[in-house]
Amino acid sequence: MVTTALTDLWFGFGVALEPHNLMWCFIGVLVGNMVGVLPGMGPLATISILLPLTFGIPPVGAILMLSGVFYGAQYGGAICSILLNLPCHPPHAVTCLDGFPLTKQGRGGAALGITVISSFVGASWGITEMIFLAPVLVTVALKFGPAEICSLMLLGLLAGSTLARGSPLKGVAMTVCGLLIGIVGSDIETGTPRFTFGIPNLFDGVEIVALALGLFGIAEFMKSVNQLSEVDTKYTKVTFKDLRPTKDELRRSWGAMFRGTIIGSLCALIPGTGPTIASFISYATEKKISKTPEKFGTGMIEGVACPEASTHSSVQGDFIPTMSLGIPGDAVMALILGALMIQGIVPGPQLISEHPDIFWGLVASFWIGNIMLVVLNVPMIGLWVKLLAIPYKYLYPSALFFVCIGVYSTGNDMFQVGETIVIGLIGYVLLLLDFHPAPILLGFVLGPRFEENFRRAMLISRGDSLVFIDIKNHPISAFFIFLAALLIVVQLYVRLRRPKALIPELEMNAKPNNIAPVEP
Amino acid sequence: MFQTLLRKRDFYSGGLMTLLGAGVTLDSSTYEVGSLTHMGPGMFPLMLGVVLTFIGVLIFGTALVTPLGEDEHILPRQKEWRGWFCIIAGPVLFIIFGHYFGMAPATFMCVFVSALGDRTSTLLGSVLLGLAITIPGCALFSLVLHLPFPIFRWGF
Repeated sequence: MVTTALTDLWFGFGVALEPHNLMWCFIGVLVGNMVGVLPGMGPLATISILLPLTFGIPPVGAILMLSGVFYGAQYGGAICSILLNLPCHPPHAVTCLDGFPLTKQGRGGAALGITVISSFVGASWGITEMIFLAPVLVTVALKFGPAEICSLMLLGLLAGSTLARGSPLKGVAMTVCGLLIGIVGSDIETGTPRFTFGIPNLFDGVEIVALALGLFGIAEFMKSVNQLSEVDTKYTKVTFKDLRPTKDELRRSWGAMFRGTIIGSLCALIPGTGPTIASFISYATEKKISKTPEKFGTGMIEGVACPEASTHSSVQGDFIPTMSLGIPGDAVMALILGALMIQGIVPGPQLISEHPDIFWGLVASFWIGNIMLVVLNVPMIGLWVKLLAIPYKYLYPSALFFVCIGVYSTGNDMFQVGETIVIGLIGYVLLLLDFHPAPILLGFVLGPRFEENFRRAMLISRGDSLVFIDIKNHPISAFFIFLAALLIVVQLYVRLRRPKALIPELEMNAKPNNIAPVEP
Repeated sequence: MFQTLLRKRDFYSGGLMTLLGAGVTLDSSTYEVGSLTHMGPGMFPLMLGVVLTFIGVLIFGTALVTPLGEDEHILPRQKEWRGWFCIIAGPVLFIIFGHYFGMAPATFMCVFVSALGDRTSTLLGSVLLGLAITIPGCALFSLVLHLPFPIFRWGF
């Protein structure tokens, strides 16, 4: 099995090293790194803006580029947190705690150097995990019938909506809204138009680009306009030489890096827990096992190495359920899945065997992309630091233009732009009401497949709704339903027993006055 | 009691979800629901509508039992009417100008108007930003990516 994985990987490198694929990968990580550095832009908005531009390029290139934006943004986000104390990207919020004090002590460069090393270590582990785990998951998943797929999706949706930020109840409400938005359009079996309000443009359903750009573009801009304080660039003079950590700093970081990597890769396997939660858990763990926990927050290099390693290992690991099962764990993965579907590729366990070039090319490109990122970040650190000073008032109008033209280009139709505005307004109202719109996208992407499999499962079982928990004939499905029930019970238990023990600590770190783009 | 309830965020979020769920439930029963074995187009939305109504009621319930947060407001403390208006007006103008005058005027109006939403922006600064985006933007989308959207047109 190891040898097949290695031959497949070899094939993947062949795909990823083709000049045009290499170029798309490079553009992806470059743009990702850039938006990661820019305060106020998130990977979600960027991927949605780039999504319509990928319609014209082959599927492999499109996926390599969009994924590159995602993990590239993680590199850039770290620069922003360490040098500016701005948690622009939620996964890096904890990095601020020790990264910024280090910057004030003049060791910001070393912190960035450690970040690059731990990111690479974390990412490499995540990729290795994907190489060996994804094929195993696929062999299991290929045996799934409609009932199993349905239960698995239910579990994925539930985990994705309740484990992410904010109130679990509201997360579930948003997922249901997403499923409902997925219904808009003609019914697959009978062709009956549903929830179209008589508008012919809606018969094809809501455009995923319009939905994503409304929620993560327009609504986010409305939330952040005039809210970003002036960036303090006092400490941002970092040059190539400063990046080198001392021997002592390196020695202290290795253990933290290793632990962070493991925690991140475990978190990646649970849908919905993504990089943000991974970084919080790993920081807390590191603090707990440290001999000097009281020093955390005053500039401990371990406090930088650990969350960064776990973020990156979890970012790469997030692709495992997405690519092998077709179940995205968060909104970014839902978008990448959406990009696949637009290219006419059906996500699911058959993806690896039917489109090996996409899967193995992607895996190989992760490594190539991560190496590119190290190369981009180490000598060019001065340039990235300069980008930090671009004010938001120049940023969001330019982004709005890309939003408009991007949505327009999906169908060369102004109706889509109008749709985006309406969705953006609704999204802002939802934000004001304390809803996090990310699960909407999750529900939207999975909705049609969920309904289809649900109908099929019920047809096969002749209308017996107990088919999902039938231990005798569908043990796997019953197991998934059991896990879903367990998830709800555990969350209820935690909430009722100590309602405020965990949450404030997490939210306090993500300072509300500094904006954090919606991200799981 | 009722006064404090009116200030709670969850009062509105729960209410909104309940209303939405009820609306969906009512609307989906106008489609053919079918039986469990042969589901019609209305069955799945009907189920989702019921679930959403139920969740809405639960959120509403949490508003009743939890005490009022320290500064709980529906609108943010600083009301950015200018910013909100400009951000919406930008894409709206993009539609109008795009329909009648083409890509370049649409782009310029979109960037120019939305840039005015920032409190520190000036007319001149916004014009310059608009030009700085319009020229390379149109070159990129029209000349490089060949988007079928004329740079100038007279669409009346």
